[in-house]
Amino acid sequence: MWKQPAPANSSFNEYNTFPLPQTQRGQSSHAHGPVGHTQQPLVTGTSVLGLKYDKGVMIAADNLASYGSLARFRDIQRLHPLGKHTLLGVAGDMSDFQWLKKELDALLREEDALALTDSHPSLSPKNIYELLSNLFYARRSKMNPVWNAVLVGGWDKVKEESFLAYVDLLGTTYSAPTLATGFGAHLAQPLLREAYEAKAGIDGEGPLLTQEEAEKVLEDCMKVLFYRDARSINKFQIATITSEGVTISDSKSADTYWKFAEGLRGYGAQTQ
Amino acid sequence: MANIHTVDITRLKNGEVNLGTSIMAVQFDGGVVIGADSRTTTGSYIANRVTDKLTHIHDRIYCCRSGSAADTQAVADVVHQHAQVYTSVYGEPPTVSTAASLFEKMCYDNKDQLSAGIIVAGWDKEAGGSVYNIPLGGGMFQQPWAIGGSGSTYVYGYCDATYKEGWNEEETVQFVKNTLALAMSRDGSSGGCIRMCVITKDKVERHFIPGNELPRFWEGKEIIGSMSGQKVGIVA
Amino acid sequence: MTSIGTGYDLSVSTYSPDGRLFQVEYANKAVEAAGVAIGLRCKDGVVLGVERLLHSKLLVKGANRRIASLDEHIGIASAGLLADGKHLTRRAREEASSFRENYNSPVSVQILSDRISAYLQAYTCYGSVRPFGLSSIIGGVDKTGSKLFCIEPSGVYYGYRAVAVGKGKALAKTELEKIVNKDLESQQSGNVESSLTCKQAIDEVARIIYLVHDDNKDKEFELELTWICEESGNKHALVPEELLKSAEEKAKAALEEGMEED
Repeated sequence: MWKQPAPANSSFNEYNTFPLPQTQRGQSSHAHGPVGHTQQPLVTGTSVLGLKYDKGVMIAADNLASYGSLARFRDIQRLHPLGKHTLLGVAGDMSDFQWLKKELDALLREEDALALTDSHPSLSPKNIYELLSNLFYARRSKMNPVWNAVLVGGWDKVKEESFLAYVDLLGTTYSAPTLATGFGAHLAQPLLREAYEAKAGIDGEGPLLTQEEAEKVLEDCMKVLFYRDARSINKFQIATITSEGVTISDSKSADTYWKFAEGLRGYGAQTQ
Repeated sequence: MANIHTVDITRLKNGEVNLGTSIMAVQFDGGVVIGADSRTTTGSYIANRVTDKLTHIHDRIYCCRSGSAADTQAVADVVHQHAQVYTSVYGEPPTVSTAASLFEKMCYDNKDQLSAGIIVAGWDKEAGGSVYNIPLGGGMFQQPWAIGGSGSTYVYGYCDATYKEGWNEEETVQFVKNTLALAMSRDGSSGGCIRMCVITKDKVERHFIPGNELPRFWEGKEIIGSMSGQKVGIVA
Repeated sequence: MTSIGTGYDLSVSTYSPDGRLFQVEYANKAVEAAGVAIGLRCKDGVVLGVERLLHSKLLVKGANRRIASLDEHIGIASAGLLADGKHLTRRAREEASSFRENYNSPVSVQILSDRISAYLQAYTCYGSVRPFGLSSIIGGVDKTGSKLFCIEPSGVYYGYRAVAVGKGKALAKTELEKIVNKDLESQQSGNVESSLTCKQAIDEVARIIYLVHDDNKDKEFELELTWICEESGNKHALVPEELLKSAEEKAKAALEEGMEED
């Protein structure tokens, strides 16, 4: 999903540095012309899912950070709370994610320090989202993108409603009651949307899913992603953001089904 | 360079279905155990999560396929046909060595066209159980145990440290199962279930380990959740 | 100040013949004019208090605070030129934040105080600048426990059990000494740790500030109290409204009592 790593067999790499960047001999740098920053993601996280429900919003992501096709770190949290009522779910490059965390945490700490003397309101989910989208767009315009797709989930204390929106490395932004990044946009979004519209209707006027229903749908989607995304693992967390604040679950796994495949043989006529 | 009259084969190959795989074969006294994961991918999409990569070549000869699905299927089909013809012409089954040689010839002669890494294993009355590894360039190497596919790179150390000569069938099956589970847990291009096959003079016996019953090893720490507004301890 | 007008007080880069920097000493005068600021270190944290004198009745209540946060776990109470205080606070926040960025860990109160002091000291070395008219009390809780420092215009800083700066600091210090001595006595009788808690300290600090305040001479004031302790989640925060109110009530009552005795 993140700049498709070349399949091992079609790009033989002498020194096995794949997927480290490979400098083309003879065209490494030029004294003139545009400055090229555009890196490529190295250690990556896959899909993030988001879903509005009757008490707020839920965000799910698995615990894997891949290095190309290597399942390198299997205990990484990709959900990050910001203040009391906002949470980021982050896909894409994990070093950029860590940088983002550091920047935003520092910003929130500064806001907190200022609040003691100025007593101004804390940053709302929308404030943080707007800041992020400006940041992502500015960086891609400098040809130095922050290589992530982010779901921002939150609770707007003033409007008393949940918040869910998407922003990615190009500065693309959109918002919807169900959202997904990467493979999730292909595999999970239709399932999320189906479950959402079954109760709320196509206009979202009807009742929203309950906590239990929303959690079930997300777990089902994480299962489908585990079945079909080769950069996922069956170990994930779900964050819940309500008026009460942010809760992030312990890591859990979905029950998967394989028994039906026991009798399968070969790829065609083979029977043994 | 591609023009309207020729097909750009590299463009075509980019979209190909791959068996980015973990495969393995181990010989023991009286036979072999072969095994494979069940994942087939296009890029990072899992096109088939229950693939059977253990391919029948003859009564007591199987191969494990890795690389391009289309290439390895084509090669296996041809070798399968040769083996059938061989049996009717010579009145006896081909040896594992013969079958492996047929694979070797095809893979070597067409090395520029193929991406196929194949392990041939089986039982014959001359050698008993035997294992032949035919990696990317089309060389042929007889080994007591062989691993292959993208997942194998993660478990060479485990195999070197663990393998012992003189194992019985059950011990060998456990070794294959554990090795594949370890490879599958680290390699994104491997996964799903484990399919194994024990080949001896008397039987060809399939073993199936469903994806939710794989042996489990260290998978990193358990992740504990959190709640906002929780009181934190002394600042670190 | 005996040597006024001898010409050695025009630049901070010139010593007087007896080795003094008059500009630095004048800066201390700016501090002495300010409402008192107090820091008190307890067994479970630190309490900061300020007597914020109101120069106009038109000021918004609770605004223009003199205690600020430098990081989650560190607070600063300044006495002297308030604009200097704002500037120093801003600078100290940058230090705290850059320390976190560089070392991925919160700065200790000692290190932050040291850096601020180095900054202040630099303003005593050049003829083109004036020293900060500011004494700052820096208190916080870090992994080494609760800490309290006071930095003076010269850049010198000391660690304290309790400290007071500004107008009436002498009286405040005697009161603080009584508290600390009582604490030391109880330690000699077997208690290893200081026994004073932040909850108790709030009342003491409020009482001292009310005591130091001269109703006849001084302008009206607002009491400012912050703390860092377990109850505030080990973060620098305002003392909750109810506790502040009750501390003020007790302080006023103690004052009445004192008057009757006189």
